[in-house]
Amino acid sequence: MLTLIKEIIYPPVSGFLPESLLLIVIMFALAGLVFAFILLAVLFFTWMERKVSAHIQSRLGPMYTGGWHGWMQPLADGIKLLTKEDIVPAGADRALFILAPFLVLGSAFAVYVALPLGGRLFLADLNIGIYYILAISSLGAVGIIMAGWASNNKWSLLGAMRSAAQIVSYEVPVALCILTVVVIASSLSLREIVEAQAGGIYRWFIFRNPFTFLAFGIYFLGSLAEVNRNPFDMSEAESELVAGFHTEYSGIRFSLFFLAEYANMLAVSLIAAILFLGGWYGPLVDSEIPGALVLILKALFLVFVQMWLRFTLPRLRVDQLMHVCWKVFVPLAFLSLIGASVLELV
Amino acid sequence: MEELRPLDDIGEEDLVISMGPQHPSTHGVLRLVLKTRGEVVLQVTPHVGYLHRALEKIAERVNYAQFMPYTDRLDYVAAMNCNLAYARAVEKLLGVEVPPRADFIRVIMAELNRIASHLIFFATYGLDLGSLTPFFYGFREREGILDLFEMASGMRLTYNYIKIGGVWKDLPPGFVDKAYEFLDYFLPRLDEYDRILTDNKIFIGRTAGIGILPADMAIEYGVTGPNLRGAGVAWDIRKDEPYCGYDQFDFEVPVGKGEMGKLGDCWDRYVVRMQEMRESCRLIRQALDRLPDGPTMGRVARVMRPKAGEVYVRSENPRGELGFFLISNGSAKPYRLKIRTGSFTALSVLPEIAKGWMVADVCAIFGSLDVISPEVDR
Repeated sequence: MLTLIKEIIYPPVSGFLPESLLLIVIMFALAGLVFAFILLAVLFFTWMERKVSAHIQSRLGPMYTGGWHGWMQPLADGIKLLTKEDIVPAGADRALFILAPFLVLGSAFAVYVALPLGGRLFLADLNIGIYYILAISSLGAVGIIMAGWASNNKWSLLGAMRSAAQIVSYEVPVALCILTVVVIASSLSLREIVEAQAGGIYRWFIFRNPFTFLAFGIYFLGSLAEVNRNPFDMSEAESELVAGFHTEYSGIRFSLFFLAEYANMLAVSLIAAILFLGGWYGPLVDSEIPGALVLILKALFLVFVQMWLRFTLPRLRVDQLMHVCWKVFVPLAFLSLIGASVLELV
Repeated sequence: MEELRPLDDIGEEDLVISMGPQHPSTHGVLRLVLKTRGEVVLQVTPHVGYLHRALEKIAERVNYAQFMPYTDRLDYVAAMNCNLAYARAVEKLLGVEVPPRADFIRVIMAELNRIASHLIFFATYGLDLGSLTPFFYGFREREGILDLFEMASGMRLTYNYIKIGGVWKDLPPGFVDKAYEFLDYFLPRLDEYDRILTDNKIFIGRTAGIGILPADMAIEYGVTGPNLRGAGVAWDIRKDEPYCGYDQFDFEVPVGKGEMGKLGDCWDRYVVRMQEMRESCRLIRQALDRLPDGPTMGRVARVMRPKAGEVYVRSENPRGELGFFLISNGSAKPYRLKIRTGSFTALSVLPEIAKGWMVADVCAIFGSLDVISPEVDR
């Protein structure tokens, strides 16, 4: 990232401010850019989720706000949430209660720093990219536990307990599936992993061999559990736990959780597209479509599948979830890791 | 704390949670106090009374005919069936003959409302288990039934259509054709429901083998209706004590078979209701085919003064046996009315069958009993 700043952004603006200060300003500007990207994506996804759910449920969804198919509905919702009363329950642990949404959003936000959108479109090409993402995204679980504990509400606490158990368990098969890709690409850098998939659809890791196909399936389902989406949305199961860990949150603090959930949805879809679906390379060898667009379209499709599943499937029970994780996904993930490694060696 | 008393010895690791009266899964205002250890529920104590309206006392203050609208509010998703049950009780007390056409119309209405009620069960049960879409499907199809009811009675929820001695008015022109249309539309939808919920692996995992209600326990607690049939007991008042000419029709009584898990589990109770919708469709078609001509109202005095005496009449409602026990002292008002409802007995068995399952299972078990609060509290 520093090289990017020094070579591209720095030269034209140098001289206006002292160098150290300028660096900080540029950093903040870039962070703002990432945040704007996430915000736009989340606004779009809330609209998309309403439309997808509506059409699955034989409804129309928002049709009026803004004219064309209610496209301004997310903005109206955002304004509504911003202007709502900010309530901190009397019995709550005030400091933790206020801090928790920022921690959850922060971890979702920090993931994007290491996500490349194209061969030359990235903020930081960390040589440990994928492990940075794994580490930072687990931080969200801490925020959820904080929220559940600080709310001083029994439903919130149950939701937080479920969420913690769930996220920690699903890290294991997800990490193993990512390791499968890392073994084949022999790199932890996301950019190099994508470069290893260049050259047409059959080079994508999902189609490399049966084991990577299995790994993609496990990764996708495991990531659903990680982002608390149906059928694994135990931590906010509204019919059981009212609203789970964010029962007591309202207004802007609630919308931060909401923002983080949708940001995570996009993040895991982007990661899946980068690791398994060829990243910014289209299915044809030489196509003229911009790489970032290809990647975003792939991620959008995966987000659509997440929404589709949410409105089709019932919810698993928390022990069934653990059963699926430890007795089905973990052995299969090991199988795919070992199988893919052996195939690569041979 | 007063409210915790029914829970025995709360340990240090135990958590006492009040589920309801405002909770998404308690279907109205009902309160369950759960004692849990982690996710496992050790004890469930239902608290009733949030919807108590003293219906039985009101009955002592109004004329026989004037109590009819109150029965609409008894089980508001199956108001026709409640109307019918009360009308039959008073008719027996008065010794009134109901004309055959009125009987057929009553069967059509009762079975349509049974479908509407089971559709609400299907819709909310999906929601209880985290499946959001069946809710909309169930309510979409229910609209068709409500349109039919609106044609006949002018109302969409509380009909007050079945009167003592017959029905309020004859079927409006076009009703029969529209009812056929509905049946043709509805039966393929039932297969769709099976695809989205009944045969879903996760759904079976959540309901099969969960909350087992054995037949002997169901009988001991007086559980009736689909909950009893889900336990494998083929007891249906329409079949065993036919009324309104149910004996002239050809229909099956679906019972639970324990196909997926154990006999009497949530899946059995669910699937019995799904099959009952099919049987109700058969009943409605037969009744429409053979609908006789004639009057729709028997000879009933404006002010009914039955001879002193008492009757107990029970009908098969979507939520089990609805019984009216009426005592008359010869005046125009009942001396005493006791209402026996299926929801109340179904709820009474909940602490027994929900014990030892997990919090999520309590929602599944409670939903599968299909309890409705206004019928519990009266």
